[in-house]
Amino acid sequence: METIFDIYLLEALCNGLLLGGLFALLSLGLNLVFGVMDVVWICYAELIMVGMYAIWWLHTAQGVPVFLACLIGIAFVALLGATMHQFIIRPVLQAEPINQLLVTGGVLFFLQAGATVVFGIEFRNLGVQLSSLNVGEMSFSISRLLSFAVAAAAIVAISLFLRKTFIGTAIRAISQDRAIMPLMGVNPARIYLTASALGGGLAGLGAALLVLQYDVHPAIGLSFGPLIFLICVLGGLGNLIGGFLAAFVFAQFISVGGFFFQLEWGYVFAFIFFIAVMFWKPQGLLAKRA
Amino acid sequence: MTSISTSASFDGPSRALQRNLALVCAAIIFCVPFIQPGQYIIHLLIMCLMWSYIYTSWSIMGRLGLVSFGHGAFLGVGAYTGVLLWNYLGVSPWLGALAAVVVTALLAVLIGYPCFRLKIVGHYFALVTLALSEVVRLIIIGLRDYTGGSLGMTPRTALAQGQEIALGAMQFADKRIWLYLVLVCWLLALYVWHRVDRSMARLALQAISEQEEAAASIGINVRAVKLGLMVLSAAMTCLGGVLYAQYQLYVNPENLSGIGVSLQMVFGVVAGGMFVMLGPTMGAVFLLLLSEGLRLLIGNDLHGVDLAIYGALLVIFIIFMPKGILGTLLHRYDAHAQKRRAKVNAPAEASAAPATLSVLESRP
Repeated sequence: METIFDIYLLEALCNGLLLGGLFALLSLGLNLVFGVMDVVWICYAELIMVGMYAIWWLHTAQGVPVFLACLIGIAFVALLGATMHQFIIRPVLQAEPINQLLVTGGVLFFLQAGATVVFGIEFRNLGVQLSSLNVGEMSFSISRLLSFAVAAAAIVAISLFLRKTFIGTAIRAISQDRAIMPLMGVNPARIYLTASALGGGLAGLGAALLVLQYDVHPAIGLSFGPLIFLICVLGGLGNLIGGFLAAFVFAQFISVGGFFFQLEWGYVFAFIFFIAVMFWKPQGLLAKRA
Repeated sequence: MTSISTSASFDGPSRALQRNLALVCAAIIFCVPFIQPGQYIIHLLIMCLMWSYIYTSWSIMGRLGLVSFGHGAFLGVGAYTGVLLWNYLGVSPWLGALAAVVVTALLAVLIGYPCFRLKIVGHYFALVTLALSEVVRLIIIGLRDYTGGSLGMTPRTALAQGQEIALGAMQFADKRIWLYLVLVCWLLALYVWHRVDRSMARLALQAISEQEEAAASIGINVRAVKLGLMVLSAAMTCLGGVLYAQYQLYVNPENLSGIGVSLQMVFGVVAGGMFVMLGPTMGAVFLLLLSEGLRLLIGNDLHGVDLAIYGALLVIFIIFMPKGILGTLLHRYDAHAQKRRAKVNAPAEASAAPATLSVLESRP
């Protein structure tokens, strides 16, 4: 009896780890955008939802192979991110920060309700079943392992991009000092646009990984959107490594908390933990004490 | 940009105009039941007033830069405390409302005190309150043995066959009673808004929302003022939850504490105008008329069109009309009145103080 209990706990821990990888990827794009532009895309989860619908539609209605559909989906969401920045966020970039939050909130309603109008409220399924991997008495779904691997690879790729390329360096520089960059011969508008496209692309990648595991429906953004924000804030908005760490902490709360109690309680613990950390370290987990 | 709009809202002849407008609206609404319109009209009016009341409660703290994304938490606590006490212990919702206010106030202090102490503002405050509303929503779902989880629950009915009024149970089959009840609540909320606006803290409030350090340096206890307003706003919102539960006779965690509700509160107020007394009311009416109008126009089949239009409008409002519908209109009215008055006063006070001062002095 004791040993079985431990095995299942271990399974919950491992699943938490896999979930953490997915969360880390999902929060990466939001964090990047915030770090560069100081704007919170509150509709970030809705961009992911749009990506999921795009991939689902391409695959089931148009018969595009899954892999290709995912690529097109990622490109589409990247384009969406850049468009949104250009036409919606740029006009309010100089306004109060809360206005930027609100304007993307309008986009949230628009995308969510738009998806309801176009696709209805039914749950849509990609129809791709990946089997599960059994290790001893534990079982893990292949799609989760795959998403963990892709998330890890994407995170490595992004950090390489930020360190090795000119644009990446410019992005890092601009997130450190917004005023000085124009003097250094970098056009901030272009950097912002690039970062938005990149943030959108990461949302698209998240969509590709999510659509393999979960059904799509218009409210799916609301179900994990708050989680992504809280992870970013927990790690310190704009702090990529902090967000990474926070993703795993959050995922463990949900996975292990859900193991001992019901799933909602895992979330409740995670959110209460978030509020407690905010009071303990308002600038995020990795912040030096202010 | 917003600092201009804030200062504009504190002074100017539009304040009197708004007060008169509110009184006229109240008088008209008071008379509506006598011409015996259909139940539907009365229901619409009740919903308008109820949400106006809730939005106004939100804006009491929202307009000071304390933008809460989690007022759904207070709405949910109010509704569920009332219904749970009534269903399981038979406590009258009137007393339940009192209990709910106490619980809500504690919750607001629990969240607000550390936030204001640690100067958690802006994005961070918004997201902390968002987390709070999620905690409340998930706890309601998690306690499904008592609350019915996501399926929601109904207050035990107290109305016997043919009975119209169960005063102790706060259940009225007659919609007119509800209309007058929410009308009174709405007027009270406007009065509170007005009092807060008028109080000695008026300039202090402005200073707080624009520059906290400056406010602190002139001897304002920033934390205490903020906390007081948050508790006030939360308690009023919580009463809105109690009313909602008793009127609809159905509560559901999604409808009360979902993120959609909390965000809609913020956006409704922004669309109407955050810095003017009737702005939240305008936002609530606008939103309700939009969704009802579209429903009548295109029927129930196209679920979501109203919200999509609403979202698009929000984007347009924030980009082109950050003061909201009523805020912009009243700003124009003020500017116009000021110009007119300057023209009238100009010959007499040609050598006197500058124009802005003359406006201040000539106010009753």
